[in-house]
Amino acid sequence: MSPTLVLTYGLGLAQAMLVLAMVLAAWRVLRGPRAQDRVLGLDTVYLNGMLAIVVHGLRTGSGLYFEAALIIGLLGFAATLALAKFLMQGEVIQ
Amino acid sequence: MNRFLPYPLLSLALVATWLLLNPPLTVATAFLSVVVGWLVPFVMRALRPEAVRVRAPGTILGLAGRVLGDVVRSNIDVAKVILGLRRGTRHTGFVSIPLDLRSPYGLAVLAIILTATPGTLWIQYDSNTGRLLLHVLDFVEGDEWVRRVKDRYERPLMEIFP
Amino acid sequence: MTGADLPAWAAWLVVALALAGAGFSLTGAVGLIRLRTFYERVHAPTLGATLGMALIVTASVLYFSVAEGHLVLRDLLIGLFLTVTTPVTLILLGRAATYRDRAEGNADAPPDP
Repeated sequence: MSPTLVLTYGLGLAQAMLVLAMVLAAWRVLRGPRAQDRVLGLDTVYLNGMLAIVVHGLRTGSGLYFEAALIIGLLGFAATLALAKFLMQGEVIQ
Repeated sequence: MNRFLPYPLLSLALVATWLLLNPPLTVATAFLSVVVGWLVPFVMRALRPEAVRVRAPGTILGLAGRVLGDVVRSNIDVAKVILGLRRGTRHTGFVSIPLDLRSPYGLAVLAIILTATPGTLWIQYDSNTGRLLLHVLDFVEGDEWVRRVKDRYERPLMEIFP
Repeated sequence: MTGADLPAWAAWLVVALALAGAGFSLTGAVGLIRLRTFYERVHAPTLGATLGMALIVTASVLYFSVAEGHLVLRDLLIGLFLTVTTPVTLILLGRAATYRDRAEGNADAPPDP
C-alpha cells in the first residue's frame, strides 16, 4: 500500500472510532439519568469532537484545523464550566 | 519579581506560546513574542497573584517522569476495567487523605496530577482541616491510597513549593 | 491530499499513533455507557483527555514535522490546554454532583472529608 492509502484508510478508521465515541457520549446525554451525567456526556462529546477535528486535519494535511480544534476545546471548557456552576447553584451569573 | 520583569516564568511561557502559534521562526515573530512576553505580565500585576517560587528543578523532572509513567499505567488499568478484562471483584470508594501541603500552587498541581490520572478524582478539599476527599475507581482497603498519594506526589510537591 | 510526500514509515507510525489514541478515547466513551454510578463514570472521559489526546497530538506533531521538513510543535498547545482545563471541569462537575447528592440526602453521596 502506498503511504497515501495508508493515511487515508487508517486515519479514516481513527475518525470513525472518534465519531462512534461521540455517538456513545451523546447517548449518555440523552439517557441521563441525572443532570450531571448529561453534562459529563456533553463534555465527552466536545472532547472527542475536538480530537476528530485534529485527525481530520491530518487526513487533509491542512494546518487550518488546528485553530478549529482549539476553539472547540475552549467552547467545551466554557460550556461545561457554566453548566457545572448552574448545577451547583441554579444560576450561572451571580 | 522586580519592577522591570514582574513575572519571569509567565513571560517565558508567553514567549514560547507565541512562537509555537506563529511558525516559522523569523526575526519579526521573535521580536513580537518578546514584546508580548514582556508587556502582558504587567496586566497580571493588577490582579496581584502571589509570585510562584519554585525550588528543586531536579525534583520537578523526577516528578514529571513519575507522573507520565503513572498516567500511562493507570490509563491501561482503567481501560481494562471498562472493557471487563480484569479478573476478580472491584470496589470503588471514597478515600479521605490528610494533606500537609498548604501552598495553593502546590495544591493546584496536585489536583491536576490526581485528576489527569484516570482512576482517581479530586472531589473536595477542606482548607480548614487540610483533608482531601478522593474518589478511586479501584479501591484498596487500608491506607494504601493515602500512602500512594502522600509518598509519590505530596512529598516532592512540598519540596518544589516550599 | 498532501499525504503523498510522507515516507512509508512515517505514514504507518502516524496511523498507528492516531488509531491507538482513538482507541483510548473510544474506550473512555464505552466506559461512560458501561459503568454504573456517576462517580465511576467521571473517570471514563479522562482516558480520552490524557493518553488518547497525547497519542493523537504526537501523531499530529510527527505528521506535520515530517511533511514540512522541520519540527512543528504547535499541536503541543492543544495538549497543554487540555491538561490544564480538564481537571477544572471534572473537579467542578464532581463538586456539583456531590452538592446535589448531599442536598438530596442520597445514600451514595460522598462522606465528609
